[in-house]
Amino acid sequence: MTFFKLLRQSPLSARIGMAMVLINIVAAIFAPLICPYGETEIVGDVWLSPSTDNFLGTDHLGRDLFTRLVYGARNTIAIAFITTMLSFVVGTIMGFFAATLKGWTDLSISRLVDILMAFPTLIFALMVLSVVGTGTTSLIVVIALLDSTRVFRLSRAVAMDIEVMEFVEAARLRGERIWWLMRHEILPNALPPLVAEFGLRFCFVFLFIASLSFLGLGIQPPTADWGGMVRENSGAITFGILTPLFPASAIAFLTVGVNLIVDWFLQVASGLKD
Amino acid sequence: MKSIFAIVSKRLALGLVTIFVISVLIFVGVEALPGDLAEAVLGQSATPETVAAFRKELKLDLPPHVRYFAWLDGVMKGDLGNSLANGRPIIDLIGWRFGNTMFLAAVAAVIAIPIAVILGILAALYRNTLFDKIISTATLSTISFPEFFVAYILIVLFSVQIDIFPSISNINDQMAFWEKIYAIILPCLTLTMVVVAHMMRQTRAAIINILASPFIEMAQLKGIKRVRVIVMHAFPNALSPVINVIALNMAYLVVGVVIVEVVFVYPGLGQLLVDSVSKRDIPVVQASGLIFAATYVSLNLLADILAIISNPRLRNPR
Repeated sequence: MTFFKLLRQSPLSARIGMAMVLINIVAAIFAPLICPYGETEIVGDVWLSPSTDNFLGTDHLGRDLFTRLVYGARNTIAIAFITTMLSFVVGTIMGFFAATLKGWTDLSISRLVDILMAFPTLIFALMVLSVVGTGTTSLIVVIALLDSTRVFRLSRAVAMDIEVMEFVEAARLRGERIWWLMRHEILPNALPPLVAEFGLRFCFVFLFIASLSFLGLGIQPPTADWGGMVRENSGAITFGILTPLFPASAIAFLTVGVNLIVDWFLQVASGLKD
Repeated sequence: MKSIFAIVSKRLALGLVTIFVISVLIFVGVEALPGDLAEAVLGQSATPETVAAFRKELKLDLPPHVRYFAWLDGVMKGDLGNSLANGRPIIDLIGWRFGNTMFLAAVAAVIAIPIAVILGILAALYRNTLFDKIISTATLSTISFPEFFVAYILIVLFSVQIDIFPSISNINDQMAFWEKIYAIILPCLTLTMVVVAHMMRQTRAAIINILASPFIEMAQLKGIKRVRVIVMHAFPNALSPVINVIALNMAYLVVGVVIVEVVFVYPGLGQLLVDSVSKRDIPVVQASGLIFAATYVSLNLLADILAIISNPRLRNPR
């Protein structure tokens, strides 16, 4: 009820953002129904210009670019989403533990996170990937762990404020266990700032994976993915063929959309506070 | 004056500890690899001789702590070991490229800092007008774009549509200064656009924050012109956050060059790092990662120290 009310009051920019994200979600879910060809099917010559058959042209191996873009939405968004989820699960649990247990648990996790955050993320990810090798699983785990340091900072700060409230004190005196406290007392109250942060972190993770794929160290071919597609087709640009700009603008399209929603959400959240 | 020296040296010590811990982490990273590093890197088909040579090169036969201190000792003396890919000393590979990377970052910084600060002040001065809205929409979209998107748009515009700048920035030591500048114009513009967007938004926020203070209201009530209020009253007080913003963005710039260097095939440290990661040339990755991390930590440290020095309240803590 309140959700729909909020939605009806949303400004134009937020609605545009929602439409942009929705297009991406639809493309990701219904990819096989939308696409005229298969994900890795070769349909014609290399770098054909747009025509009725291939309406964005073909890529560096003669695959239909539109099909690759739609499947790319599926792979890129799914992997970024799983990574962000994992990073939130790890970061939030660690943050809540640090806030409720305090003492040396808090101190040791916080110091470790400080050090990890002093290290540039891209460089760290490159170094870890050089050791464990490139692959989707290692990509997800490495980025999720690096990103969970940022989630830890926020969830710890938020949980610290909630933890001193009287209802948490009451639950403690009742003899509730730490896990119950985190699950039933702290989490529901910490949810709004965490949801806003989720949008921001998703954008960051999404751009990060795209950058790694662009460097050839992220999602590996022949899986369609936007960052990788820019890399594969980058040779076309010097011939004046615009192929690599399509996946690159798809990345920008989604991040702008999510940012517009997050901007609105942050305004609503801060407005509710005062 | 004594206390400020104490604060600064404390921050310096903390920075050194961070770099030390990072070097341990870099080292342990290789250590923590499941299974045998030699076989994982060289593959199943490696002959026993190559595996043995690989182990000897990385000194895998020694215990970890001995190896770490041997490596650290080498780093201190400027000996970073040899590359696995071509056997050349890493210091020769890195020295020249690091210079190139710093050159690119420095030129981008020289262009970006004045633009960002002036735009930030203007946006704060004319806030909530059309000018402010256009600038903030433009910067928000630039932040949402991946660096390579900006880079390819610039290539399409300036080296395909109108052929005035090179799309590949190949520089060497024989080139004169202005020839080098000409070669790196496009990567430089890419970096400038991305960094200006961040820096300008933070400058605007810092100045607007100051504009809410009582002494600014006082100045306005005295009837001083808006430009004078901003330049003479607000800006000196915003200097500390602005300097901080600039230093933080320089740290971002040094790391952000990695992708731009790959797009423009620029012979810098980032390009070397990416190549070495795909070749799994671990000693080179360790060395260039350490240099990047040290640069990043030092610039962040500089941001902290400048913030302390330029803020009287932090300079004399109660």
